[in-house]
Amino acid sequence: MNQYVIGVIVSNVTGVLSRVSGMFTRRGFNIDCLTVGETESAGFSRITVAFHGDDEVKERILKQLEKLHDVKEVEVLEKNDTVIRELLLLKVRNSPSTRQDIMAAVEIFRSKIVDYSTTALVCELTGETSKIDAFIELMKTYGIMEMCRTGMVAIERGQNCLKTR
Amino acid sequence: MKISGAKIVVETLIEQGCDTIFGYPGGQVINLFDELYLSRDRITHILTAHEQGAAHAADGYARATGKVGVVIATSGPGATNLVTGIANAHLDSVPMVAITGNVPCSLIGRDSFQEVDIVGITMPITKHNFIVKDVRELAEVLRTAFKIAKSGRPGPVLVDIPKDVQTAVWDFEPKPDPIRPYPLRFASEGKLRKAAEMINNVERPYIYFGGGIISGKASKELINFSEKADIPMGCSLMGLSAVPSEHPNFLGMNGMHGHYASSVAQDESDLVIALGARFSERATGKKERFNRNFKIIHIDTDNAELNKNIISDLAIEGDIKDALYRLISMIDEKKRPEWTARIKILRYEEKSRTENALKLSHKDNSENKLTPYSIIDIISSHTAEDDIIVTDVGQHQMWTAQRYPFKKPRTFLTSGGLGTMGYGMGAAIGAYKGAGKRTVLFTGDGSFGMNLTELATAVTENIPLVIIIMNNGVLGMVRQMQTLFCDKHYSNTTLNRKTDFVKVAEAFGAKGKKVFTRQELETAAEEAFSCGGIYVIDCAVDCDEFVLPMIPSGGSVDSIITEVK
Repeated sequence: MNQYVIGVIVSNVTGVLSRVSGMFTRRGFNIDCLTVGETESAGFSRITVAFHGDDEVKERILKQLEKLHDVKEVEVLEKNDTVIRELLLLKVRNSPSTRQDIMAAVEIFRSKIVDYSTTALVCELTGETSKIDAFIELMKTYGIMEMCRTGMVAIERGQNCLKTR
Repeated sequence: MKISGAKIVVETLIEQGCDTIFGYPGGQVINLFDELYLSRDRITHILTAHEQGAAHAADGYARATGKVGVVIATSGPGATNLVTGIANAHLDSVPMVAITGNVPCSLIGRDSFQEVDIVGITMPITKHNFIVKDVRELAEVLRTAFKIAKSGRPGPVLVDIPKDVQTAVWDFEPKPDPIRPYPLRFASEGKLRKAAEMINNVERPYIYFGGGIISGKASKELINFSEKADIPMGCSLMGLSAVPSEHPNFLGMNGMHGHYASSVAQDESDLVIALGARFSERATGKKERFNRNFKIIHIDTDNAELNKNIISDLAIEGDIKDALYRLISMIDEKKRPEWTARIKILRYEEKSRTENALKLSHKDNSENKLTPYSIIDIISSHTAEDDIIVTDVGQHQMWTAQRYPFKKPRTFLTSGGLGTMGYGMGAAIGAYKGAGKRTVLFTGDGSFGMNLTELATAVTENIPLVIIIMNNGVLGMVRQMQTLFCDKHYSNTTLNRKTDFVKVAEAFGAKGKKVFTRQELETAAEEAFSCGGIYVIDCAVDCDEFVLPMIPSGGSVDSIITEVK
């Protein structure tokens, strides 16, 4: 099983997220992560979905998405030709004994500390999923209090664009 | 001209060519029904006994005519009562527009009286659905609903209209013509050439066609295609009536309860050409075993059906009529004497196995005994080729599918994908209202019990409708499975109700007769087909009649059951 990342351009209308996520639920496909946001054109939103499956599953997902009235464009984003990023906000315990180690890790991962209190630090990190995973793994040592991550956003390299025809 | 949202709905329906619609009034569609009253000389509304009946009537109307069926219901329970009918239309690709009222926008989301999120509920069972919160968008949304319903592979669309949108006023300008569907997609020339090459180079091709032939109006092309290259044809349940049953190349339905020769010929073929069919698991059985012996060419107008259930060797997206038309000129004209001889043997085997099965299952083999097939034979001797045959769901449905001699497309209406018991009454009413042809409903005592209340509608509308109840006192299809697979534990399938269907018919204002023998059925049929109104014939059938052959769920032709001792 591979992981696929797809970009979906949809009409920016009520219920469109339900329609897209509902298609996955109803046909028994699992979503690894899903993000949605505005695009360069006001009438459209862009959904990035990552899922695991074989080639057949991928084909079925693409075709079922294309059938939805509000879906205007669907494309598989090949990992080699795509910039993929995720954002992480992570709250870790702050104590005099661990502070220096955390600061060092933050430095090496090119993370940022965006909030500081005597008992907690909030780190911000952007990167590919694997980098985020590695950072979280490391922070577990120091006691993660809370965290949230956005899921992937992805855009193709070069001049090709995912736009509505 | 500024008019109310309710009037915009009625005017748009008329603009889209609707002559007859089905529904049931209620608090949140009161304005809409007021406009229907005022426009009653331009558009007819048929009041059913239950919203489910109205949804099935819109479905029957659409299947019998090919036009978009329209149903209207109020919010809340009115809307939820449509759900089965919408799901039924969705699985069988029937063009339908369902219009529901809803509470005013300001009350939405507050669990108001008779409020449900019908858009949320019907999302997975419609092609698309809308809630219109602004009267300025209403006409255009309704037009789009019609466009989506009839484009490509047809299906149902729901439009939910809050009450305040019905009362709000806005400009309305009628369009001169109904909206056109999205342009058809056509099959690629290269792929068709490849298909022709495959067809020309195999020995034992087999056509498996489905409902796409009927909705794609491709019956003539299919027959020409089959005749030119001498290819036998089998079909799914939804494909029935697309070609005349007596066509020499036609082997009948295949799959779970299909004809023996049709299923076995498919298995022995070296190439299956699937046309407007979707390889439902009722047709394929165990997928890993299904296409062990043959390659597959799959042509369908819905790209998402290609490689969905079965991976084909050549998948072609495109309008089926056009694809077949072009394919005919690419294939070689030929005869296949060996394959034809083999098919002849299979047909012979089928005949002897059927006779044997009938002998084994009937304790009483007298000439006069009513059997499922004899009922269908007697009734079909009274019907005309334009008469519309409707069924409910269960054993009677399969017997009808196997036995009835269909002659013309759109004369067989049955709930294929969803298998909705209680579909028949509503569908029969809708079919007559659409096509204006005499209608025959084959039903069972179980299915008929579900929606017999629509007798009231049929009587009010004085529909020429002959209802044949195959009354065996049990839920026969499930009982059959319990006999075969559950050690005869007849859990909740024995009805033996005291219901007197003749009195039921009379209570609703229809005629009825109970029959026990072929002779009695002959006499009753004579009367039923000449009365011009609603006539219920309650036929006594043995509770241990089987639908055979049967390929058990998840099985294959290897495990086909043709007789039960």
